[in-house]
Amino acid sequence: MKNNFFKINISAGILVLSSLFLTSCSNINTITSAKNNSTVEKPLRATGDLGLIIERATGQVLVINNTHKTRLAEISGLGDLSHASIVYSRDQRYAYVFGRDGGLTKIDMLKDKIAKRILQSGNSIGGAISQDGKLIAVSNYTPGGVKVFDAQTLELVANIQATQMPDMPRNKDGSIKRSKVVGLVDAPEQRFVFSLFDSDEIWVADFSNSTPKSKYTLKKFTNIGRAPYDGLISPDGRYYIAGLFGEDGMALLDLWHVEKGVKRILDGYGKGEKRLPVYKMPHLEGWTMAGDYAFVPAVGEHKVLVIDTKTWQQAGAIDVYGQPVFVMVEPDHHQVWVNFAFPRNEKVQVINTETKKVTDTLEPGKGVLHMEFTPRGEQVWISVRDKNKVKIYDTKTHKLLKELPAKSPSGIFFTARAHKIGL
Amino acid sequence: MMMFQKAITLKKTPKMITYAIKVNAFMWLAITILLLSSMSSTVSAQTNKLTAERQHELYNMVRQDCGSCHGMTLKGGLGSPLLPDDLKSKSIDFITLTILKGRPNTAMPPWNEIVTRNEARWIAQQLKKGAFK
Repeated sequence: MKNNFFKINISAGILVLSSLFLTSCSNINTITSAKNNSTVEKPLRATGDLGLIIERATGQVLVINNTHKTRLAEISGLGDLSHASIVYSRDQRYAYVFGRDGGLTKIDMLKDKIAKRILQSGNSIGGAISQDGKLIAVSNYTPGGVKVFDAQTLELVANIQATQMPDMPRNKDGSIKRSKVVGLVDAPEQRFVFSLFDSDEIWVADFSNSTPKSKYTLKKFTNIGRAPYDGLISPDGRYYIAGLFGEDGMALLDLWHVEKGVKRILDGYGKGEKRLPVYKMPHLEGWTMAGDYAFVPAVGEHKVLVIDTKTWQQAGAIDVYGQPVFVMVEPDHHQVWVNFAFPRNEKVQVINTETKKVTDTLEPGKGVLHMEFTPRGEQVWISVRDKNKVKIYDTKTHKLLKELPAKSPSGIFFTARAHKIGL
Repeated sequence: MMMFQKAITLKKTPKMITYAIKVNAFMWLAITILLLSSMSSTVSAQTNKLTAERQHELYNMVRQDCGSCHGMTLKGGLGSPLLPDDLKSKSIDFITLTILKGRPNTAMPPWNEIVTRNEARWIAQQLKKGAFK
């Protein structure tokens, strides 16, 4: 007892001294609380309303709080983030940042620090976290394929190499190129689904029966349509859809019935219309569904397409300001927000999902790159690259609530994504 | 265009230069602007004289917008890498044409509605030099 008392007294004494040393004007409250707890008090921080914003030009991320609309920290040293995306661990403590240069960075949201960083390929595009939260998959351009890592240690678990493309120019080291992989998502039953841009395929990697001999099984669907550029999965994890760049239409895979194969939907939409030059590939992120309809960007047209999800037929097309890049639905499915490709990337339009009409056009400024809703949708955060700002709008009134400075901001990712299939 | 020709002749004869100095500052400004704008819109393939402002715009465009496919450091992505080493076997003319016309059956769009021939040529030259790193 005496010994313990002595120890506590000493440590309390050290704390008193250090706090005196640190704060030039002594604050009695701090000292008292330090005495009582015998540890230096740091405010506790929950992560459920935090998020990260990519600062693409400087290889940094901003840690933000979306309740208070504040910047909390800036973390450096993430490499080339010109095309970056993020997934979160299910405890919402760690973020996994997938960078363009093949970097996979694990960020500790409690400490505002990089917990671990590896360079896993020469050139990558995105990633996903498995259903059980234990695996991180990254889709790569060079060398084309998917690498799967242990979420805790970032040690390699599996290397899934994409189809070889002997007709394409070879890699610098003389090896045969493999197809670039895009549209990687997680799916229920411990699966990853992705598309092969050059070889026109969709693959399903199943990690549910991992044995020491083989970590996964692979199901390949070929000839799914030319040049799939991205993919998305429905929020229930049932349907995977790949957008096609090489032709009009999309490829649909029912993950409850993979035996039925890939089905072509929206075949030949926009037929007879001249496709405009596409200066930026649209993104398919999440599932923009409201009632029985899904909203997707048309490639090379100033249109948002409406799909009837009962029949998978096109149910309409909404004329919009430019070529859509992101078509994102609010969490309550009431409105869809759309941003546009260069050179019409200064505006954002809002579509009412009931009337399927554009109800408002906002002008956040040149270089609108991404939009993210707060978990229950009362705000939308919009990154405006060329203004070096993130603008926060009220989704009901469409009024600007606040602007935060950010250097060339692109993707905005809130931790609420941790619990959503496919995000 | 009249002013443009005048400006050219001004440079050539000393007498005219004396005259030109007398022309007020505003006139000079107008002449310079006309000169620059006519140069960037007409062919003048050899000269490549773009305003510093336009060069800055193009620099940003290459890094940010071309960069969305080719990578911001042009190391490649969905589009091929565009660093000097990768472009060794490609001529300035070829790159200029690729920028203007795009590559059919690939994701590379024609940029001729965004940049002039002269600007495309400038970009091609800068790409060869590795100026966008």
